[in-house]
Amino acid sequence: MDIYVEWSVNEKVALEAAAAASFAGVRAIVAMKQNGLNVASDFLMNLNLTGTVGGLVLVVCDDPSGLSSTNEQDTRPAAKWAELPLLEPADSQEAKEMTKWAFELSEEIKNVCLVRSVTRVSHARGDVRLGEPMSPTREAKFAPTMLGQFTPLFVTIKHNFLHQKVSKAREIFESSPFNWYTGPKWPELLIITCGSGWHYSLEAVKALGLEDSVGILKLGTTWPLPEKLVQQHLARTNKVLTVEEVDPFLEGNLKELVGDAFPALGPLTFYGKRSGHMPTIGELDPDQVIGALSSILNREKAAVEPDYAKKAQALTGGIVQSRMIGFCAGCPHRATLWSVKNALKLDGRGGFVTGDIGCYTMGLGPTGFFQLKTVQAMGSGAGLASGFGKLGKLGFNQPVLTVCGDSTFFHAVIPALINGVYNQSNFTLIILDNSATAMTGFQPHPGTGVSAVGEPAPTVDLEGLCHSLGTRVEVADPFDLQDTTDKLLDLMQDDGGVRVLISKRKCGIVRAKEEEKPEYKVRVDSEKCRGESCGCNRLCTRIFQCPGLVWDSESQKAKIDEVICTGCGVCADICPASAIIREVV
Amino acid sequence: MEGADPLNVIVTGVGGQGNVLISQLMGSALVRTGHHVTIGETYGASQRGGAVMSHLRISREAQYGPLIPHGQANVILGLEPVETLRVLGQYGNPDVTVITNSRPVYPLAVAIGTAQYPSVEEIVKALEELSSKAWLINATDIALDLGASILTNIVMAGALVGAGVLPLAPEEFEQELQESLPADRLDFNLKAFRRGLAEVKAR
Repeated sequence: MDIYVEWSVNEKVALEAAAAASFAGVRAIVAMKQNGLNVASDFLMNLNLTGTVGGLVLVVCDDPSGLSSTNEQDTRPAAKWAELPLLEPADSQEAKEMTKWAFELSEEIKNVCLVRSVTRVSHARGDVRLGEPMSPTREAKFAPTMLGQFTPLFVTIKHNFLHQKVSKAREIFESSPFNWYTGPKWPELLIITCGSGWHYSLEAVKALGLEDSVGILKLGTTWPLPEKLVQQHLARTNKVLTVEEVDPFLEGNLKELVGDAFPALGPLTFYGKRSGHMPTIGELDPDQVIGALSSILNREKAAVEPDYAKKAQALTGGIVQSRMIGFCAGCPHRATLWSVKNALKLDGRGGFVTGDIGCYTMGLGPTGFFQLKTVQAMGSGAGLASGFGKLGKLGFNQPVLTVCGDSTFFHAVIPALINGVYNQSNFTLIILDNSATAMTGFQPHPGTGVSAVGEPAPTVDLEGLCHSLGTRVEVADPFDLQDTTDKLLDLMQDDGGVRVLISKRKCGIVRAKEEEKPEYKVRVDSEKCRGESCGCNRLCTRIFQCPGLVWDSESQKAKIDEVICTGCGVCADICPASAIIREVV
Repeated sequence: MEGADPLNVIVTGVGGQGNVLISQLMGSALVRTGHHVTIGETYGASQRGGAVMSHLRISREAQYGPLIPHGQANVILGLEPVETLRVLGQYGNPDVTVITNSRPVYPLAVAIGTAQYPSVEEIVKALEELSSKAWLINATDIALDLGASILTNIVMAGALVGAGVLPLAPEEFEQELQESLPADRLDFNLKAFRRGLAEVKAR
């Protein structure tokens, strides 16, 4: 099949690349997470005005609870903001059907169609019935049919077109196959739900045996609201519970609608996030809906039998410890941050590290020795460093370090780095080059030499790129703690201008996947390990915190967990008693 | 649990132990045998040494949501003992069947010596008192015996299928392995699966 797919360097470029296909008359889909939409939104807020030609579908997956994210923003207001139709699939099958339909809708209204998913839809699997794949029949050709079609010419006229497109989408939504109602004709309470909330609502109604009194209006098209459909159902009840994640987006829009339709609808009581029946933070689950229904309708239903819950608490409560996430055994980031910590201490001028998003974000916690002091958006560590580095005139005299991964460098660090060079800022950028986009699934990036479909691709040379900006560039192997620390200290003390350290070592998971043999066999010489009586105060286990190195409470000494140790051998260099032995394999 | 619909199975462990892979393999095998399956998975940051779980909803009737309500698990498959207990406390009930690996992956607090890992006695007591049937399997040792600790999850899948709590025959799971693994890894994995199977059958 003739399909082209790429990993774009960032979300804005991805949306632009997909829009190009649409402008040339062919269909395109672009997918990102909620933070990604922020990056792409500058383009999106102009693309909505120019409109599209070939169907263009923008899929955004939100991460309620921020399970793998730095925030838990709800993307849906972006649909209202950009005046674009919004679809919310409830499960795998519907995600597939809806995406197909979204292309058709996009071509019908000649604008982008947004599909909003959440973790429990995108990170779920289910059996899906497939249809026949369509073969592309159109040839790509860029051929504007109107003066200034893809430009901001005639902004207000285009804005008016945009309003009309929303109205058209609303009309189409009134009979969308993705909206349906189940339940009694005159429900005592009506649940209006969308996305992941639908399955949880079904499950809750079933668990409480409320099939005869509670109805569920499941909406797949949540912006613009299909007002007539919704009003029909609102007219048949006087209690409404909204089930959605994360923000009260649907709830607010329903109330807006009821405000307009009040004389016809009469009094309605709304339950949901504003009433406190549903949580305003974190992801949804079926138990929350069970709880809300129980409370509104005065039904008793404990999720777990009280006796069992009590026994479970007694038997497991005291012994199940929390499990904090941290760097893997043999992770090069731990080694780099160890050197950062030591270099900052040796420098002694109160230097600090700004950072951003990747596995190395965990450098804000114990396994990264709490080194990262700021984490916001991708690339923002370097942008902040560029700003901190210009505060000298205002009395600022702390060395500034910033870290980013190789993938993040390409995504959003380059403009900040150039900003620093141009404005003669003063900081050291550490590129943690692990040859991987490790936190998010090991997709290739411009530095890996592989394309999205696994074919050879040109490799962008990090070092050469930094050199071309006129910065001083050093390269170090993070597993060589001494050399890395020396180079860092030297860069830090080479005050003035922007300096770059490329800390280069392949991600441990990639090494394992490629079945690279461990470099070393590591063991603790129990004769040499002096345990608590050594002056080091358990430096290796208490501070270095590699999961492959454990404190054996029986022998009161450190030991290697051979199942977890990856044989990087770095810990041998931190033991002051030389009790950790590494032997070349 | 016989005939429970949906059948609720939780696979739990520590990020990196391969709970996602075996959930997928079981899910695909069950779809092949005519079931609707939904799997809710933990991904991302938790995969870095955090507590992870996959929820499997298996039904002849309908597609279910990706999250099992509290107290509603029929089967818990644990790749790590403390994680098994964590899930058991939240999702267990007197009728639940539990199959868990015996080898701990120490939480950092234990590895660094500021907390104690529960004793085998404590773990066994909790497992027995909170389930209708509990199996403790030395899956990591079996995997190491076969040459690689990464096979632990497949050994555990063997134990699960062997325990007869899934509507899935051993050959149906083996077929899934055959179709989803590269040829050079198949033999290794089949061996691991059969060792897990045999471990349960022998008891």
